[in-house]
Amino acid sequence: MLSRKASCDSHEQDSSYFLGWQEYEKNPYHEVQNPNGIIQMGLAENQLSFDLLESWLASNTDALGLKRNGRSVFRELALFQDYHGFPAFKNELVEFMAKLRGYKVAFDPNKLVLMAGSTSANEILMFCLAEPGEAFLLPTPYYPGFDRDLKWRTGVEIVPIHCSSSNDFRITACALEEAYQRAQKLNLKVKGVLVTNPSNPLGSTLNRDELNHLIDFAIKKEVHIISDEIYSGTVFDSPSFISITEAVMEKHVDHESDLLGRIHIVYSLSKDLGLPGFRVGMIYSNNETVVAAATKMSSFGLVSSQTQFLLSNMLSDKKFTSKYIKENQRRLKKRKDMLVSGLRSAGIGCAKSNAGLFCWVDMRYLLRSDTFEAEKELWKRILFEVGLNISPGSSCHCSEPGWFRVCFANMSQEILKVAIRRIEAFAESLSSASGRENLSHQRSARNSRRSLSKWVFPISSYNDHEPADR
Amino acid sequence: MSFVDRNQENLLSKIATGNGHGENSPYFDGWKAFENDPFHASENPRGVIQMGLAENQLCFDLIQDWTKKNPKASICTPDGVDAFRDIAIFQDYHGLPEFRNAVAKFMTKVRGNRVRFDPNRIVMSGGATGAHETIVFCLANPGEAFLVPTPYYPGFDRDLRWRTGVQLLPVVCESSNNFKVTRKALEAAYESAQEANIRVKGLLLTNPSNPLGTVLDRETLRSIVSFINEKNIHLVSDEIYAATVFSEPGFVSISEIIEEEIICNRDLIHIVYSLSKDMGFPGFRVGIIYSYNDAVVHCSRKMSSFGLVSSQTQHLIASMLSDDEFVDRFIAESAKRLGKRHEVFTQGLDQVGIGYLKSNAGLFLWMDLHHLLKEQTFEAEMELWRVIINEVKLNVSPGSSFHCSEPGWFRVCFANMDDSTMDLALTRIVTFALQSKEVRIQRKKCWASNRLRLSFSKRRMDDIMMAQSLLSPHSPIPQSPLVRART
Repeated sequence: MLSRKASCDSHEQDSSYFLGWQEYEKNPYHEVQNPNGIIQMGLAENQLSFDLLESWLASNTDALGLKRNGRSVFRELALFQDYHGFPAFKNELVEFMAKLRGYKVAFDPNKLVLMAGSTSANEILMFCLAEPGEAFLLPTPYYPGFDRDLKWRTGVEIVPIHCSSSNDFRITACALEEAYQRAQKLNLKVKGVLVTNPSNPLGSTLNRDELNHLIDFAIKKEVHIISDEIYSGTVFDSPSFISITEAVMEKHVDHESDLLGRIHIVYSLSKDLGLPGFRVGMIYSNNETVVAAATKMSSFGLVSSQTQFLLSNMLSDKKFTSKYIKENQRRLKKRKDMLVSGLRSAGIGCAKSNAGLFCWVDMRYLLRSDTFEAEKELWKRILFEVGLNISPGSSCHCSEPGWFRVCFANMSQEILKVAIRRIEAFAESLSSASGRENLSHQRSARNSRRSLSKWVFPISSYNDHEPADR
Repeated sequence: MSFVDRNQENLLSKIATGNGHGENSPYFDGWKAFENDPFHASENPRGVIQMGLAENQLCFDLIQDWTKKNPKASICTPDGVDAFRDIAIFQDYHGLPEFRNAVAKFMTKVRGNRVRFDPNRIVMSGGATGAHETIVFCLANPGEAFLVPTPYYPGFDRDLRWRTGVQLLPVVCESSNNFKVTRKALEAAYESAQEANIRVKGLLLTNPSNPLGTVLDRETLRSIVSFINEKNIHLVSDEIYAATVFSEPGFVSISEIIEEEIICNRDLIHIVYSLSKDMGFPGFRVGIIYSYNDAVVHCSRKMSSFGLVSSQTQHLIASMLSDDEFVDRFIAESAKRLGKRHEVFTQGLDQVGIGYLKSNAGLFLWMDLHHLLKEQTFEAEMELWRVIINEVKLNVSPGSSFHCSEPGWFRVCFANMDDSTMDLALTRIVTFALQSKEVRIQRKKCWASNRLRLSFSKRRMDDIMMAQSLLSPHSPIPQSPLVRART
């Protein structure tokens, strides 16, 4: 009756990533109305800097009111459906993107294509670069939504590049090659690699070695590189962000233009500006054919002209954007430090991170056994007993059980404190319970706690009385 | 093929390098001609007037007036700015509840409150463009087919086929019975598909029709419902022009038919809607899928992630369409103005004997110029079309781009310009028609001789000279472009 796509589950929206979300919606935390409810820590949203946006809007009511110099441009906007996008908006976006990369790269607005969110951008790139049944390699762990965005309607396959905690989940040349061989054995033609940089869920930027491995791989195998850089504005600590384009320039490869024609960047304003509702995504590509095809495909999900107008005005205020980027990053760092410190006092470590809206938390030692079943068990306990919706590593296709992504930027400071208290209480209850457990469990727990020191770095102590941020 | 092209073909997908996007059709060529030489009342009065764009620009004054009185809708009052945060983070693919409620109510009003729409069945999409693609992804597999009555909107070739791999098979409709969708034509199309071993998954209707500007009557709709039930195939009813019906007979939606005592499996019924035509908001990208099939609602809602409506726009639309008094006034006034514009245009055409399909809806007219063709072929139609663009300076859309089975028909849009531009466009058409008439008459009289003489009454000459000066800065001698083509 319906299509195969309608009936099949490859979008995996029944994975724990979405199940946890559903549970949260049934029983959402509210400090007054539902203080025992579930706190949402599974949503990578940036809610820390709305006050900055709001104050800009309050002084620039023309932009929201769809006016230019006091004159209404409603009609113009209501009729504007050109899939090339608002020129002013694209000019501002390339300038903004360059700014986020410290002006080490320049972008051409004619190579930028707008569409409704990075969800759409990633799907469009798949439609442009691969046939049904062909494959893209993705380093694990990766954003669960890719299973839907890259595969569902396109018929493209994802082959994971296994990354391991033993080297901080870095992409190695070996892992790339191994994934490629695995794809070959499965009779899957590899069309490219898709990386998220900064990484979701790791919260770290790719280092130069990793970028060079990717570039070498792409040259050797003549495949594409898609660099999803939607978190590029959330880098709050060193090392600084290195964009794929910058890495290619610095490497001085032969036939650079050939390679550049296979490099495509995905960007969005959902994370950096905290505006996921406005559906502003984009593809940047040096490949003319890709730009032309993607532009036509964007017809299926253009950015509302009302939104393009508002944001082109906002981004044209350079003083504002500089101030916003800096302040936003400062707040993100502070919030991350708060979470890491709170976890540490609960005896829980995190992977070192310098970006993103989340921490990659190591709860391996809390598992009953080194299995994904045990991870799921722990996840459910944390969801239902502790009342926190966090994302289990298995939903991110992590190859090792026990890792969880915990978001910290989508709530107020007070709620984060509540969450940290709950984690501390939970960890304590576990360690007192484990005292009654058998010796082998304790031994492995001790071993894991020893390895914790590898992950937990000295951070300035969290002071309860610091001036509140949002 | 150059090395680079071959390389791109290996590097990229067939979808990216092929022509499935359909933009090489003449429908888009006219747009390009317009873009090279666009009419502007003061800056380029001899430019090409755009009559190939089905847009509704007649009621912006009403809307602008409303937005001025309702700044909260644009989130730009001091209180409103607080709402900004909640709107900006809202990315739930169910859509803002107030948005869904407002759209459901609007759809109800447009159908004269004869049916109710359930807000929980409202699914967002990136315009009707996104809605069509999404619904096909839900209903059909690559290689399967949808039947579409001709003539149909050229964009369907891209929207329904390009990335989905689904085919479109024509249900041929003819001018002899005003392009009615007959049971016979439906059966014939279905049988052809069977013979070619193509599995038909559904039928796509546009009601009111683009490009015809007509509505489907109850009898036809019932016959269609019976057909799709018998074959157990889906029915997608594209009702994006529902509020553009300006005279009798009124609009009958598929939603009304299935409420009647008629055998119908509701799981087969789906509506595509949008605010681009009825409200004139194509830039805001508000597309809607409304399905009576729960599984399709769920699936299309998940797919809507690929083209959600900006929450900023959802908020604006929710506010606007919740204002009952405004909506009632808008619907009535819009229909009235469209009716008036249609009347002015058709009266102008009547005066020079240009035929057109009698219509009561839409933003365009289906004009019959077959008597101006050199011969009854599509090549002749393209030749005439090039003359109309390059000489008469009007971008109209040739019937062949709508897959019309008969040459000589053209879609001419009339709602995307102000009154004075409309008058100018009419003058150009009338002038052209008169010249062509004269040429045809003279050709009949003097066909034996090779010399063509054109003679006019003095009064006619004055009219044409005046019009000519608006038409072209070139020859002062009134000469039909068709003459130039011939000799």
